[in-house]
Amino acid sequence: MHIVVCIKQVPDSAQIRVHPVTNTIMRQGVPAIVNPYDLFALEEALRLKDKFGGRVTMLCMGPPQAEDALRKCISFGATDAILVTDRAFAGADTLATSFALAAAIRKIGEEQAVDLVFTGKQTIDGDTAQVGPGVARRLGLNLLTYVSKINEVDLDARTLTVERRAEGGVQRLKTTLPSLITMLEGTNEMRFATMEDMLRAARVPVRKWNKDQAGIEDVSKIGLKGSPTIVSKVFAPKARKERAEMQEVGDGSSVNDVCLNLLQKIFTT
Amino acid sequence: RSTELPEHLKAYKGVWVFIEHDRGQVHSVSWELMGQARILADQLGVQVSGVLMGGPADDMEAFAKEAYVYGADHCHIMRDPVLQGYRNEPYTKGLTDLVNTHQPEILLLGATTMGRDLAGSVATTLGTGLTADCTELNIDGRALAATRPTFGGSLLCTIMTLAYRPQMATMRPRTAPMPRRDESRTGTISTMALGMIETDIVTKLLEFIPDANRNTVNLSYADIIVTAGKGLKNADNMKLVWGLARVLGAEVGATRAVTQAGWLEAERQVGQTGKTVRPKLYIAAGVSGAIQHRVGMEGSDIIVAINTDPNAPIFDFAHHGIVGNAMQVLPVLTATFRSHLDRRILKVA
Ligand SMILES: Cc1cc2nc3c(=O)[nH]c(=O)nc-3n(C[C@H](O)[C@H](O)[C@H](O)COP(=O)(O)OP(=O)(O)OC[C@H]3O[C@@H](n4cnc5c(N)ncnc54)[C@H](O)[C@@H]3O)c2cc1C
Ligand SMILES: Cc1cc2nc3c(=O)[nH]c(=O)nc-3n(C[C@H](O)[C@H](O)[C@H](O)COP(=O)(O)OP(=O)(O)OC[C@H]3O[C@@H](n4cnc5c(N)ncnc54)[C@H](O)[C@@H]3O)c2cc1C
Repeated sequence: MHIVVCIKQVPDSAQIRVHPVTNTIMRQGVPAIVNPYDLFALEEALRLKDKFGGRVTMLCMGPPQAEDALRKCISFGATDAILVTDRAFAGADTLATSFALAAAIRKIGEEQAVDLVFTGKQTIDGDTAQVGPGVARRLGLNLLTYVSKINEVDLDARTLTVERRAEGGVQRLKTTLPSLITMLEGTNEMRFATMEDMLRAARVPVRKWNKDQAGIEDVSKIGLKGSPTIVSKVFAPKARKERAEMQEVGDGSSVNDVCLNLLQKIFTT
Repeated sequence: RSTELPEHLKAYKGVWVFIEHDRGQVHSVSWELMGQARILADQLGVQVSGVLMGGPADDMEAFAKEAYVYGADHCHIMRDPVLQGYRNEPYTKGLTDLVNTHQPEILLLGATTMGRDLAGSVATTLGTGLTADCTELNIDGRALAATRPTFGGSLLCTIMTLAYRPQMATMRPRTAPMPRRDESRTGTISTMALGMIETDIVTKLLEFIPDANRNTVNLSYADIIVTAGKGLKNADNMKLVWGLARVLGAEVGATRAVTQAGWLEAERQVGQTGKTVRPKLYIAAGVSGAIQHRVGMEGSDIIVAINTDPNAPIFDFAHHGIVGNAMQVLPVLTATFRSHLDRRILKVA
């Protein structure tokens, strides 16, 4: 079984600070991590590899330093990794990103046919959840979003049954391979890296593909040029004009007074 | 890159809302969007259309009547047995065909699991721009200016699609108000066939398992919410929020700090990575008011905050603040509400 897992390297948003005057993101010193949602996809892929054998190929589009994120995934047990990296990819929105990733997956498939593609549910920076559907559409893969459980994979019949989170319930869907799964968070727990895989992660070459190696001929479809969306403005949320009407328990007013006061305010306004 | 709209795309006119429905009920986000679509269309001087797709068992004519009441002028109905229950493949084909035939300039969907799945596929097929999870929609010039929180809500960004049509966006449930109903409004209907049969479709829907607690945690649409923050110190003190909630007929919400501590279930989390809520009354106890929490609840009509720290950020956007120990205040507040609300009910009776 050949599985491709797409991951994005993202800034650790818990540590992101916004410059109070210029409203720009202060990236200096913010560590880059594997998008946390993508680890649920990776763990699910590794479980299928444990069960059926085969390989898990990691794929990332990003700047050269995204190699670290790919090595991290190899340390968890992925077979190998490809970094699609080229200045021409800069400024990509989801349409251009899915174009580039789809081209790279086609190339990967030329080496060995791909049975399943995994992505995370969404990223913690762009946060659109649009890349998975976009890649599936471009490659003609059966799309399964928000998957909470893979019930059954039958490699002989080439079928797959999953549970998918929908509004107000869960859909049980059956489809055929090849498919693309976007994995829901909290559905599994990432394994610990073994010593052997950690050593392998340090040594194994991460293949770097530029746009030509990724099989991209039409440069008008990638990067800023291939992106229909334009960020026209970035700004801070506006503060409310006045602060809350405050009451303090203690100085002169008892808890009782304060609560009664509040009740009158809420139910007369 | 070009920001000019090519000549052949200038014919695209009108604002569309994809109306999401499930087992006889329209998702409220579709009506929230209808209200927004009406405002946008009036500014552009164009019509609002609803898109209804479904199977033989779905009463889409009834949904269309509702759509008019909320602001639509027209509805496109596509009915086919293969559209009974959402599946990506036939819905993507149907919506793409409708767009290519009728050429709307703006297409809006709810940022639900269905809306995001469908919008991502349709935008890719059409090769157009899609802005995700918006919290505000405006017109700038003649184009859609869609605003969404970024980096966990610490900043907002406005995104536009200038040289492609339609301009697509998904909007987060509960970020726009429910529009006022106008029972006198009517509209027109047109229908279109899907042109697919079951054997064309690879993915089969085997079963739909409704959530057992579907009606127990209905945070997004609660009128009153009492939210517990980390300042409540321990799981046992959750009984104080439950007590107040019971008296007010409220739902209980939580900050991420609280759901991560396991004091309340994950479904109760309000904020950037939880639910967006818009109740009439939001009472936050022991909540600091971090930006990721704030973006999920600042649309509430009245916000009351109880916090020991007079400088807690929540007081910057709450309407009423009580500086005090929540463990002391909550029981008294519960008792006060209980006796006075009872008295009000007695007065009415
Ligand atoms: C603040 C902000 C707001 C944005 N808003 C929009 C918007 O509204 N519309 C729009 O079209 N673009 C938007 N973008 C651009 C968008 O983030 C980029 O196109 C990005 O390359 C992919 O989108 P995402 O991060 O939303 O990924 P998502 O679609 O959320 O990611 C889903 C999954 O796809 C995979 N994946 C995503 N990116 C990569 C990658 N580079 N390499 C490998 N796998 C990947 C991962 O498995 C991931 O879990 C925005 C960017 C920022 C920073
Ligand atoms: C990517 C990302 C996404 C996030 N998403 C969310 C989200 O969706 N929702 C969310 O809520 N958070 C989210 N967070 C976390 C958020 O940043 C805050 O950490 C969280 O909201 C804090 O929760 P809190 O207010 O309960 O706790 P704290 O920030 O610890 O605040 C506790 C407050 O209680 C007060 N207090 C202490 N003792 C008492 C007392 N006896 N009586 C009254 N008050 C008292 C303190 O003064 C303090 O203000 C996210 C963070 C990140 C990085």
